[in-house]
Amino acid sequence: MTKPAKSKSSLLTNRRDFLRVGGGAILAAPFINKVHAAPVEINMLAWYGHGEPDVVAEFEAANNVKFVPKYYAGGDNMLALIAQSPPGTYDIILSDGEFVQQLNAAGYIEELEPADYPFDDMLHPDFQQFPGHWSDGKLHSVILRGGHLGVSYNKNAITAEEAQSYACFWKPEIKGKVGHFDWHLPNLGMISLFEGNAADLWNLDDAAWGAVQDKTMSLREQIGGFFDYGGTFNSLKNGEMQAMCGIGDWITGTLERDGAPVASVIPKEGGIQFTESYCIGKNSEKADIVKKFMQYMLSPAGQVKSAQMAAYPGFCVTKGGRAALIEADPKEAMRSHQMDGMANEPIALINEGRIHYRDIPTQQSLEDWNDFWSEYKNA
Amino acid sequence: MPIIVWQLAFFVGPVLFMVAMSFFLVKNYRMTEAFEFVNWAKMFSKGYFWSSYWHTVWIATISTLCAMCLAFPAAFALAFKASENTRRWAIFFLIIPFFTSYLVRTFSWFVILSESGVVNAILGTVGLGPYTMLNTHIGTLVGYMTLTLPLVVILQTVTMANIDRTLIEAARNLGCKPLAVIWRVILPLSKAGFIIAAVFCFILSFGDFVAPFYLGGSQEPTLPILILDTTKSGQQWPRAAVIAVVMMATLFTLAFTAIAIAYRKRSTS
Repeated sequence: MTKPAKSKSSLLTNRRDFLRVGGGAILAAPFINKVHAAPVEINMLAWYGHGEPDVVAEFEAANNVKFVPKYYAGGDNMLALIAQSPPGTYDIILSDGEFVQQLNAAGYIEELEPADYPFDDMLHPDFQQFPGHWSDGKLHSVILRGGHLGVSYNKNAITAEEAQSYACFWKPEIKGKVGHFDWHLPNLGMISLFEGNAADLWNLDDAAWGAVQDKTMSLREQIGGFFDYGGTFNSLKNGEMQAMCGIGDWITGTLERDGAPVASVIPKEGGIQFTESYCIGKNSEKADIVKKFMQYMLSPAGQVKSAQMAAYPGFCVTKGGRAALIEADPKEAMRSHQMDGMANEPIALINEGRIHYRDIPTQQSLEDWNDFWSEYKNA
Repeated sequence: MPIIVWQLAFFVGPVLFMVAMSFFLVKNYRMTEAFEFVNWAKMFSKGYFWSSYWHTVWIATISTLCAMCLAFPAAFALAFKASENTRRWAIFFLIIPFFTSYLVRTFSWFVILSESGVVNAILGTVGLGPYTMLNTHIGTLVGYMTLTLPLVVILQTVTMANIDRTLIEAARNLGCKPLAVIWRVILPLSKAGFIIAAVFCFILSFGDFVAPFYLGGSQEPTLPILILDTTKSGQQWPRAAVIAVVMMATLFTLAFTAIAIAYRKRSTS
């Protein structure tokens, strides 16, 4: 006697069959969904904040991609992370402008096609031919944003007039209340400016370097601490530090948005510009979508996202971006002086020669500067 | 046997690798295998290394003294005055802080110690302050106490709770005053446990990065901060390894000496 074949409807007639079929369907559902919608992962190496949803979510949703950010702090750290990873690990690299040359020299980044990017729309000619971004007429990186470093201060402790010179860091009334962002490059750069080295702030001969060290040492007794990003932020916010050397609007701007009585200005001795630029990682298999993302970030909409970045603000580098920011967020445009004719307008400051691009020392090694910084901290 | 394998794999192996790494070189931000003494020569020739070293020894010693003194009254009360049940609950509550992140506990001190914080607000009501406590040695020590005090209290309590009570009663019956009982009976009988507690406190303070960095503001960097500085600039992991090896050598020397003293038999002559 043959066993009668089960009809399809009878497959689910007992509890065991129901659980088997139903459970299988439930477990398979997410995978079925993913077959259709699995986003392409883009590995990003960047300063904190650049891969966060407030910046990339819109692009991710529109292009079915997912950014996987790896954050670093400092150009050295960035170079080390790339050096210690297999080629092709990072699809997109956000580098400080002054480190692009080293990325290129080490062969870590791809050549770019200039026609793909809006160089005609740049706010300043320097941004079109940014030092180090071009090599032998070939483009390797595109500027995304920038920010100025100068005197950052608490308005209740230092007047706007006093903040017009780095000399305010030596003000006796704020002894023990001056902090350092714990990175030698911007701090020593500022002291170099205060010493009158102006455009030669990174190109110091032995005598000038010695003078910068002496001047820095004379500041030591004013210093209340050396801080990372979080510590800098907290100490200015809670009033423990009333002036901060080595930073600018990228820290105080975020606090200012929350109503803290802090500000950053470019003093009469000049300020330093940090520049953040995008590169495509060597051997990236996702170069096309990365290029599309870079184009998006340089579009007016992307520039607004960059200027409003929650982690820390930066100014727009394209005319279209600035116009879009003024329209979309006039308050932020006003706060960050990104309106023509305003005092301390970033492009005007560059044109006046008061801004110097952050660089690395030319006559000393980074190690020399770091050694001195350690001695200074221990003094 | 498995314990030996475990120790070799997870302790001896990494330590040997760290020692080997201290002889490596960094080229183009990448470590390359070598056997050079340049990292040792470089670190030992730098004044800031020795400043950091002695500062770390000094502040870890102060931390140990503070923790031992602050813990003693609490541990004494728990060991001799509290009931068995109360002691058990107290030890349980002393363990609870270890359930939470040390970093989070450290950050909570910002609210308490800042110039606009709780301590200064209370002092302000009687016309005192505000005093600067964050970014000072006081801040660092408060952080160290957060890390070490519960452990030191537990170790001291357990040590004193195990003292034979009849010896204490005998001392009292023979006319020993309370302070003399502590000095001549309790402390000598607690010697081993107290030394272990002090050693643990010193080790934790000596190697701690969080308190001197966040509450001490990196003023006079300790060796753990120097390790960070060394790796941050130029990715000098081999030089950081030199600092780490020196730290380990210091702690090994201290621990072996302390243990030898703790378990040294009193001369019978």
